[in-house]
Amino acid sequence: MTEGNPVGTVTALGVGNLRWRLLTTYTVFGGTALAVCLLAPLVGPTPISLRQVFDGSIPFTDNVDAQIFFIARLPRALAGALVGGALAAAGVVLQALLRNPLATPFTLGVSAGASLGAMVVIIFGVPLTVLGVPAVTLASLAGALAAVVIVYSLARLRRQGLSTNVLLLAGVTLNSLFSAVIMFIQYLADFSQNFQAIRWLMGNLDVSGYEPIVWALPLLAVAVAGFAWLPRSLNLLTLGSEHAASRGVNVLRTQRLAFFSASLATGAAVSLGGPIGFIGIIVPHIVRLIVGADHRVVLPASAFLGAAFLVICDVGARTLMAPVELPVGVITAMLGGPFFLWLLIRSR
Amino acid sequence: MVTHTQSIGTSTTCPTVVAILVVAIGLLSAQNSGPKRIISIVPAVTQILFAIGAESRLVGIGSFDRLPDGDDRAAELVRVGGLLDPDMERIFTLRPDLVVLYQSHVDQRQQLERAGIPVLVYEHAGLVDITETIRDLGVRTGRTVQAESIAAQMDTGLAAIRAKVDGRPRPRTLLVFSREPMALRNIYASGGIGFLHDMLDTAGGENVFAEVRSENIAQVSSEAILAAAPDVIIEIRFDEYLRKSVIDDERDVWRQLSALPAVRNGRIHFVTGHRFVVPGPGVIEATEELARMLHPEVFATPQTRPAPGVG
Repeated sequence: MTEGNPVGTVTALGVGNLRWRLLTTYTVFGGTALAVCLLAPLVGPTPISLRQVFDGSIPFTDNVDAQIFFIARLPRALAGALVGGALAAAGVVLQALLRNPLATPFTLGVSAGASLGAMVVIIFGVPLTVLGVPAVTLASLAGALAAVVIVYSLARLRRQGLSTNVLLLAGVTLNSLFSAVIMFIQYLADFSQNFQAIRWLMGNLDVSGYEPIVWALPLLAVAVAGFAWLPRSLNLLTLGSEHAASRGVNVLRTQRLAFFSASLATGAAVSLGGPIGFIGIIVPHIVRLIVGADHRVVLPASAFLGAAFLVICDVGARTLMAPVELPVGVITAMLGGPFFLWLLIRSR
Repeated sequence: MVTHTQSIGTSTTCPTVVAILVVAIGLLSAQNSGPKRIISIVPAVTQILFAIGAESRLVGIGSFDRLPDGDDRAAELVRVGGLLDPDMERIFTLRPDLVVLYQSHVDQRQQLERAGIPVLVYEHAGLVDITETIRDLGVRTGRTVQAESIAAQMDTGLAAIRAKVDGRPRPRTLLVFSREPMALRNIYASGGIGFLHDMLDTAGGENVFAEVRSENIAQVSSEAILAAAPDVIIEIRFDEYLRKSVIDDERDVWRQLSALPAVRNGRIHFVTGHRFVVPGPGVIEATEELARMLHPEVFATPQTRPAPGVG
């Protein structure tokens, strides 16, 4: 990776070639994600009978197999797919925006803001739900949005454009600041609350219902709409903002769109599953090693691979040590890390 | 002691009298021996010291320790931090001659030992270990008689509860320590080790996650709970002053898992209070409370409030 374009080189592609590669991407990566989502609810520590799951003659309230399938497994698979896809896509966009291969969805302080929101509710105990969504989810979303506003305002203060350096520094500083406040709140809390707080920070997809997913969907839809506009401009932006501007890219608008859609995706993902690490940095790099650096391919491929990867990790989290549950973040790091290193060594 | 009595007299009554005298003198001197400036940052140990009447020897206690209701020594006793943040400076200033610490306080223990201050390391363990701790502390503080009487009371009390529920069907019970507010997420339940599991066992319940032997506490998924199908769910809350409306709302959260026998039969209980979280003399009342929930038919008489005091 050269200094000029730290997240890879984009080679010019013919339209026919691109169409073919997109088709392959959607078929292979999209197909994998779909297959994983369909198969995941069938796998688990408890043997269940599919016939009983879909047996309409047994009322749902008495049907244990159906409840395991529809409450314990299916929402988890859906949440895993959404969170994994959102984090991986946000990772791609932020790495391009900040022109830094080490950027993650958590670099700009969004997840720290979300975590702070969640900590406040867990530790000061706000026993509340809004339309079936627990207060922790809502508070983490609010925290994420607050962080986005703060970081964006700071990055806009200095000069006309959106300074990626200020963005990065403000994000990193905000991360430390929020972490300090989180530590202080945890210090005030009692033993069981601390337990909850630490566990939330490890990430968990056991949403046991569809309300939090339904709540996150519109936010993710807006983020996806933003992502759809981005790939071509991001390709040019990775070569430098002057270069991009000279090729007709509205740099500020692209940066703004990239920042807000990635932040929205991150905020929604973290409020749904907690700050699950590693996906946002590992998946984009794995995808680049497989398909090259063109964001028109990398972005959808990363979203699909991120979705499939997190759903698989979560099956491991709920199955490997059953009935005890493993933090899914532990599995994403343990599986993703060595695999990425292997890919890195092999590709050199 | 035997050789001593034989040298004094030959009749059968005389040695007995002397032996009693020797024991009495020994006890009296023991009452005044042992550490006189104790610091305990372990809530269970603080409770036990109060229960065996050794509280006058305390000079410092943990920040989260509760004194028995009506005890006005709160201002007198210095609070010296807790499990995570023992204040070593304050501890040294109090010139203690015994400090009770947790196992995890490795550095603090070294500091104290370097200063020549005796240390007692406390370990959380099962229900039977509580009486052992009480007897130990009795010996250490010269309050053997009181300690023995309290330990014996506990042993009989627990045996009585066990006898009462003996032979009854044991409801499969899920004991929840903590979870996310208003959601069935990040649920921590009792595994098959620890004093709470032992209390449940004594109270005539079958812990649904008894086979989880690794830790005191295990995080379980909603699938694991659905598969375990508990007849009774008991949630232990650290917050002693939970409003009834909050408890009602939190109980309703379980309705999501309507296939659970506990949900269908409305057997979801919330219990609060230090007697459930501090492995001290209060566990007797706590165990009886659990037994009443699990076997209401056995305890048909109206429930008496647990006596105020330790616990």
